[in-house]
Amino acid sequence: MDFTVALAQIKPKLGCLVDNMALVEAAIDKGIASGADLVMFPELALTGYFLKDLVPEVALRLDAPQIERLKVLSRQISIAIGFVEVTADYRFFNSALYLEAGEILHVHRKVYLPTYGLFDEQRYLARGDRFRAFDTRFGRVGMLICEDMWHLSSSYILAMDNATTLLCLSSSPARGISGREELGSAAAWQKLTSTTAMFLNCRVAYCNRVGYEDGINFWGGSEVIAPSGDVTHRAKLLEEDLLIAKVDEGALRRERIFSPMIRDENMGLTLNELKRIDRENNR
Amino acid sequence: MSALTINTALLRQILVGFVRDEVTKVGLHKGVLGLSGGIDSALVAYIAAEALGPENVYAYTMPYRTSNPESEAHAKLVADQLGINYQVLEITPMVDAYFDVVPHADNMRRGNKMARERMTVLYDHSAEVGGLVLGTSNKTELLLGYGTLHGDMASALNPIGDIYKSQVWELSEAMGVPREVIDKKPSADLWAGQTDEQDLGFTYRDADELLYRMVDQRMSREELIAFGFAAEFIDKVQKKVQGSHFKRRLPIIAKVSNRTIDRDFRYARDWGK
Repeated sequence: MDFTVALAQIKPKLGCLVDNMALVEAAIDKGIASGADLVMFPELALTGYFLKDLVPEVALRLDAPQIERLKVLSRQISIAIGFVEVTADYRFFNSALYLEAGEILHVHRKVYLPTYGLFDEQRYLARGDRFRAFDTRFGRVGMLICEDMWHLSSSYILAMDNATTLLCLSSSPARGISGREELGSAAAWQKLTSTTAMFLNCRVAYCNRVGYEDGINFWGGSEVIAPSGDVTHRAKLLEEDLLIAKVDEGALRRERIFSPMIRDENMGLTLNELKRIDRENNR
Repeated sequence: MSALTINTALLRQILVGFVRDEVTKVGLHKGVLGLSGGIDSALVAYIAAEALGPENVYAYTMPYRTSNPESEAHAKLVADQLGINYQVLEITPMVDAYFDVVPHADNMRRGNKMARERMTVLYDHSAEVGGLVLGTSNKTELLLGYGTLHGDMASALNPIGDIYKSQVWELSEAMGVPREVIDKKPSADLWAGQTDEQDLGFTYRDADELLYRMVDQRMSREELIAFGFAAEFIDKVQKKVQGSHFKRRLPIIAKVSNRTIDRDFRYARDWGK
């Protein structure tokens, strides 16, 4: 079906659940008012990104009142949002929730926690162990959190699991200023999201945040990419924005007829070769 | 095109946003800085005026009796052009009072004392006006350690600490810093005729080309030599970077507990902001 997605390019406050919940609810209201069917938020939208030792202090259980509130709101609009999840055995995950019709349809726990350069996620967070697509009223969807998308296998698995829409929730820091028109990190992401959409004949919605944390800024530039790899909508760089994008079901159908790479993908062959490599590596 | 060439429009947006965001999120809206008459502090004044509005920027020139009068004239030119709050506060009485008691200090100690005197004046005025002290050290001098610890290196936030001197020049052109300030030779102005490049023994342009490849691109010594840098130059700069690293870190703390500040008590400064 055709649907409208609202990408909420917000500026969370570091470690302030109450303020961020207010930001989120305001964006949800605006999404509803603009006729969106789905509102999507960045990675760690409820908490901010460079949490360090704040992780346990801002973590929520899946039955937390904030999540209950989001469930209620999801009766009016589907919601994809990032937060810190704590489990009953006290592991802390960088998680994304997909809520629809009053229920949590899916929880994705970030698998690839970057711990290099300016990143230090694996020091504070536990690693997710799966990529699963799930059914929504917009068809089958797969969720990725930021660094997850930089691993080809993640999007590939979701596409093999029959996702036709990939949602990538991100907190990508701006870096790599040069003589070029674009920021290094923005240019790299734009190549990645477009190429992923094109390779997998999937539409991609990428929601990044803005704002500064200890001098590090997040560049925004949230976007929606058609299955052809063409960017159909792009939010402002470096500023708060609410990007409203109509997603055309026909574009997916036409692309899958025009270049049916996913239909022709030989998953069995891929699996056999990966198993062989695994065997050889473990010899 | 030099590898250091920058998209000035984008850089300007990020640095202006940085000052605005980091000042206002602590509940303030004013910035305080020392305006030396040189290019680094001039550029920070331009960034701050755009971020906070000129009426919220408080600039102070703090000459010592041996300072070049041209410096003060250039500082005033910048302040007038921007319409920021401006005051000249001579530090000669405070500095001389100290050296009357401690008369045998050499040039370096005198220069450091002046830099630290200016720091205390700035922090006092930041309390007076209710603003944050803006740092004016660029990446080149921070890496080379060409600054006074707890003096000109002290600030609450520094918009230009991740851009090299060559990039300071380029951004200053784009932001309209007066030509006289851009074109003059960089100087710490501790005595007449002093220039940074004489002190350092190499030019900022050369240092920037090397530092960019050494620090940002992490090229090895062999790669740098193959690229065309002289081995002696590489070693000299490397030694300065390593030898001044203590200036870029907080004091180290003897660890005895399970949770030591910074080591395993880790929070962003923007905690709750």
